[in-house]
Amino acid sequence: MTTFLTKTVATATLIIGMAFSGTAIAASELHVEEQDWSFSGPFGKFDQAQLQRGFQIYTENCAACHSLSLVAFRNLMEPGGPGFSEAEVRAIAAEVSILDGPDGDGEMYDRPGRLADRFPSPWANEEQARASNNGAYPPDFSLLAKARAATRGFPTFVFDIFTQYQESGPDYIYGLLTGYSEDVPDDVQMLDGLHYNTHFMSGVQIAMAAPLSDDQHEYSDGSPQTVDQYARDVSAFMMWAAEPHLMDRKAMGFRVLIFLLIFAGLLYLTKRKVFASVKH
Amino acid sequence: MSGHTSSYDPQNGAMKWLDKRLPLPRLVHDSFVSYPVPRNLNYAYTFGGMLSIMLVIQIITGVVLAMHYVASADLAFNSVEHIMRDVNYGWLLRYVHTNGASMFFIAVYVHIFRGLYYGSYKEPREVLWILGVVIFLLMMATAFMGYVLPWGQMSFWGATVITNLFSAIPLFGESIVTWLWGGFSVDQPTLNRFFSLHYLLPFMIAGVVILHVWALHVTGQTNPTGVEVKQKSDTLPFTPYATIKDAFALVVFFVVYSWFVFYLPNYLGHADNYIPANPLVTPAHIVPEWYFLPFYAILRAVPDKLGGVVLMFGSIAVLFVLPWLDTSKVRSASFRPTYRVFFWVFVVVAIVLGWLGSKPAEGGYVIASRIFTAYYFAHFLILLPLLGIFEKTKPLPNSITESVLGDSDSKGGSAMPSGAAASPETKG
Repeated sequence: MTTFLTKTVATATLIIGMAFSGTAIAASELHVEEQDWSFSGPFGKFDQAQLQRGFQIYTENCAACHSLSLVAFRNLMEPGGPGFSEAEVRAIAAEVSILDGPDGDGEMYDRPGRLADRFPSPWANEEQARASNNGAYPPDFSLLAKARAATRGFPTFVFDIFTQYQESGPDYIYGLLTGYSEDVPDDVQMLDGLHYNTHFMSGVQIAMAAPLSDDQHEYSDGSPQTVDQYARDVSAFMMWAAEPHLMDRKAMGFRVLIFLLIFAGLLYLTKRKVFASVKH
Repeated sequence: MSGHTSSYDPQNGAMKWLDKRLPLPRLVHDSFVSYPVPRNLNYAYTFGGMLSIMLVIQIITGVVLAMHYVASADLAFNSVEHIMRDVNYGWLLRYVHTNGASMFFIAVYVHIFRGLYYGSYKEPREVLWILGVVIFLLMMATAFMGYVLPWGQMSFWGATVITNLFSAIPLFGESIVTWLWGGFSVDQPTLNRFFSLHYLLPFMIAGVVILHVWALHVTGQTNPTGVEVKQKSDTLPFTPYATIKDAFALVVFFVVYSWFVFYLPNYLGHADNYIPANPLVTPAHIVPEWYFLPFYAILRAVPDKLGGVVLMFGSIAVLFVLPWLDTSKVRSASFRPTYRVFFWVFVVVAIVLGWLGSKPAEGGYVIASRIFTAYYFAHFLILLPLLGIFEKTKPLPNSITESVLGDSDSKGGSAMPSGAAASPETKG
């Protein structure tokens, strides 16, 4: 039995080794600081008020350049999201103009947005976006919080399995938004139209100017009106946009695991009973 | 075993009627109920059952995903997001399927290393082993094509890198790649055919699995001692003994699986695959899924493209001839003290190769990849043939019963004259 146990432990080590060797990806040497998020961990939940504030930052600030093409207005009132009321979402949707048609005469026409519409892009096409942004293309926000991840390195990526660390994206976005600095080191030759940011994945020069400043947006719930809070809120909102069923998933996961653990316990006892009279 | 007589005895009229015409219930009964398994199987032997369940899970979730997926270069990415956002429990289906692929490979690697440790590939189970390697190859092809379907950055560039390997073939290389792509780059025709093949191959796997199980039931299972079943007291009926043990192991495996599906669904994937495919932007580092990394390291260890491709395919091809490379008459590593050490060294080498595969191909990583690649092949081509000749193995038990009950207990139960099983290590 002991040799079997050692073998099992060795097998488990093997599994872990095989499984996690793949995630040590040398994307960059960037260090991303971990933040506290309400949606991390097995019981993580989005903070509705935070998502609403993040949505406010998105619409008042980011939406001028960044699209959110996979998110529909109706998503804003669905469970597990910012929790706006239907009336509020109808009002939000009605503020945008959607190109629809053709109508019976073959003409395209503009109409106010409806619940089923997705957020319209601020740009007609990528070329227009690049022309207005010094050649850079502001990325779509829908999946950004899952599409950015910094290297975790060994052994951190092994611990991540047990701590359930999946917040690399929002951590990175928060770091980027708060990582701007005026103090450019002497050895960095800034290119025209680029901005110094030590938390950018592809070097220290980013096309986007520092988008946030203190007291830029007015919060109605009394939250601090700081760059730090703005960055936190919009990062959380982007995580929700990328993974709208996160709360559903974690809640179901807990129920599934409890079921499986009890089931495994019962099976183990049955197995012992079955083998009780047999030496093996 | 094929030798065991059927104990199926239908009681009601309908089952008797069916048994005379199509003895399918008899087949199931003889294969999964009364089928004798060695009494000393440990948990390393439960992964075969898990693998068949994983195949079923992948096929069921895959068929439903295919109902919502659109194999179009323009629509594929968004159709996957449609599944994630709008299809009822679509996120669950997709995460079960994508993480299922990883779990499938975890289980298959344990299953393969189990076979290596206990010498399961040795005579008379060569065909059983070879069928297993065929399944492994089909799994790799299926997983690779499945990863292309979401049409993200890693999908596109992974497909480009891997299909380009065929351009290393002398003379016809470029033509073969064009033929694979259905054009002059990875594009719509490539995606379409990959989708078609990704749907087809699992059913081919299922077919080979049937052959694999058939071959298993002809020769019977090996066991941790490596001594063949010789008497009735060496075995237990499949049900309830193996059934309950497999079921328990499966549910524990599902706990790990669920941990990833519900709490770490993107841990085993790559963030870049949430960026839509863009033929004009190459990702900083193109890495395959974790289960291909050891082979990717072998590919990149060689400075010559053709050489790398040959070695990569060779690293799997060598498994086909493994039954003839291992010259030892003793099956189980439990009785091969030297082989057991080299086995664990080999496990570490495989893991380190995986780690190297995730690193950029430069500097010390390349040198390390070469050393470990050389060792990978040396294990099969030099160590295994020589060990069989020079290794001093431990004495084998006379029977499974003896190894379980101890020498004195088994005397009474043994159906064999005591001399008949003496020094079986010389007989294999």
